[in-house]
Amino acid sequence: MAERPISTMSYQQFLNEEKFMGSRCKKCGTLYSPPRPICLKCHSSENMEWAPLKGKGKLATFTSIFVGTPWMVSQGFDRNNPYVCGVVDLEEGVKIDARINGVDGRKPESIKLGTPLTVDFIHCGEGDKQQTIIGFKPV
Amino acid sequence: MQRQRKLGRGVAVVGAGMSKFGVYADKDSRDLLVEAYTEMLTSVDKGIDPEDIDAMWFGNFSNDFWVRQAHWGPIVADILGHAPRPVTRNEGACASSTLAFRDGVFAIASGFYDVVMVGGFEDMSKVSTESATEGLALALDLPYEGCVGFTFPGVFAATAVAYFAKYGANPDHLKNVTIKSHNNAPLNPKAQFPQTILDVMNSRIKRAKERGQPVPTWKNEWDYLHDTKANPMIAWPLQMFDCCPISDGASCILLCAEEIARNFTDNPLHVVGIGQGSGRPLHTKEDLTYFEANRQAAKEAYGMSGLTPKDIQFAEVHDCFSIAELIHTEDLGFFKPGEAYKAVAEGLTRRDGPMPINSSGGLKCKGHPVGATGTAQMYEIWKQLRGEAGPRQIPNKNLRIGATQNLGGTGGTCTFCIFERR
Repeated sequence: MAERPISTMSYQQFLNEEKFMGSRCKKCGTLYSPPRPICLKCHSSENMEWAPLKGKGKLATFTSIFVGTPWMVSQGFDRNNPYVCGVVDLEEGVKIDARINGVDGRKPESIKLGTPLTVDFIHCGEGDKQQTIIGFKPV
Repeated sequence: MQRQRKLGRGVAVVGAGMSKFGVYADKDSRDLLVEAYTEMLTSVDKGIDPEDIDAMWFGNFSNDFWVRQAHWGPIVADILGHAPRPVTRNEGACASSTLAFRDGVFAIASGFYDVVMVGGFEDMSKVSTESATEGLALALDLPYEGCVGFTFPGVFAATAVAYFAKYGANPDHLKNVTIKSHNNAPLNPKAQFPQTILDVMNSRIKRAKERGQPVPTWKNEWDYLHDTKANPMIAWPLQMFDCCPISDGASCILLCAEEIARNFTDNPLHVVGIGQGSGRPLHTKEDLTYFEANRQAAKEAYGMSGLTPKDIQFAEVHDCFSIAELIHTEDLGFFKPGEAYKAVAEGLTRRDGPMPINSSGGLKCKGHPVGATGTAQMYEIWKQLRGEAGPRQIPNKNLRIGATQNLGGTGGTCTFCIFERR
């Protein structure tokens, strides 16, 4: 895995293979999600390596979106079929923004912060346009 | 150790103008800019020869996307007859014109120029609502926030959920902010929505009666705001009336070196504090209930001015969403973290309260042509501090210090500026 540059594009390639990755500084050990090429602690850019994430965490915050982006609307989401996205506190102590599946966006009051979540990859598009989005769902 | 920030020489505001904000089918940002500029020229008490303006900086976020025109510097220079003198366009999403203001201040403080105009403009209504929303969403961190489905309102909604959980607030506390802003708006002739919530409600009841449609049974503004047919959900818990509108507009202000300010007016405002900070996307924020960039901007501006939050008598803050107004007034130190929603409920931020916030009606009612907003906030400070705000004048007889807080994106760029009348 080390041959892929630490980049947003590589992160997306990993997601397309159902691999959820962060990066870790070999020099000072700091873990990052999403991955970043420069360590914020020791400012080193030569010591970053890929670090697989377990894909387990808890719901830190969320919203149920009734007026979505054109891309989400093209996937069938609208005022009557809202989607949920949120921020997940990962077990490793870092965070990720994600789509939240398996909850009812029409009843956002029923969704609780702290809900234990597990990774749930969302595959969109086909062929060259295939793209995997990071999602989570309740355990 | 960080030394105290200060300007090389003092800078004063000696003129201000803004177009009426709204949705225009028959005017574009060039026309609106001329409207703001014309008012700015007439606002200079002792007059200004436009030939004396050395340079200009203008904020514009996304006209490239919305009206397919980029490279606005020379276009502005041509429209205003300023060519061949320099005009630069600044971009910091919704904080673009405060960045233009900062560059103008620095240019004068450095001694390079003496008289500078700064401002901003935006054309948002020439495209569909979906396209306007898509254009705004360009200010998100797209590979991470955008691609999982976050919208602009969505990020602020997620912020509200975290704020509610930490401090015990609820959606009704956000509605207090909306009602307060709408109470100020009818007093502002430049506002896009110069109506109270009751005005809006009653006009809909009247329309239903005129058309012979079923007459809604709302008893008061709370009934109206709770009705998701009248006030639809956008991104839970934010409803339409928690969100600022799509607007067209322009604004500008005239700056000069303090030492020549009296050539233009006996009643200038002095730029006593300026600050700017950068924020991080949602997934790298340590705490989701405040804006780190605000606190940085406040630290710089208070540090430069030697003032504290208690010295600020009133402020215009960036209420792109109702939750944002609460968080800004906490980040700037007007209220303690977790206390702003109680302060608004108690009426402390009303125009006649001890800490008036958004006497203009705020972005919610005045409108938010994003690139024009920062200097339009300064226009309100100019009017209030000079006692020229008419029926919306803040009743405090000793009004001397006012401030503007202007946010870009979802908190990625935050600015804070303090003005004083001496």
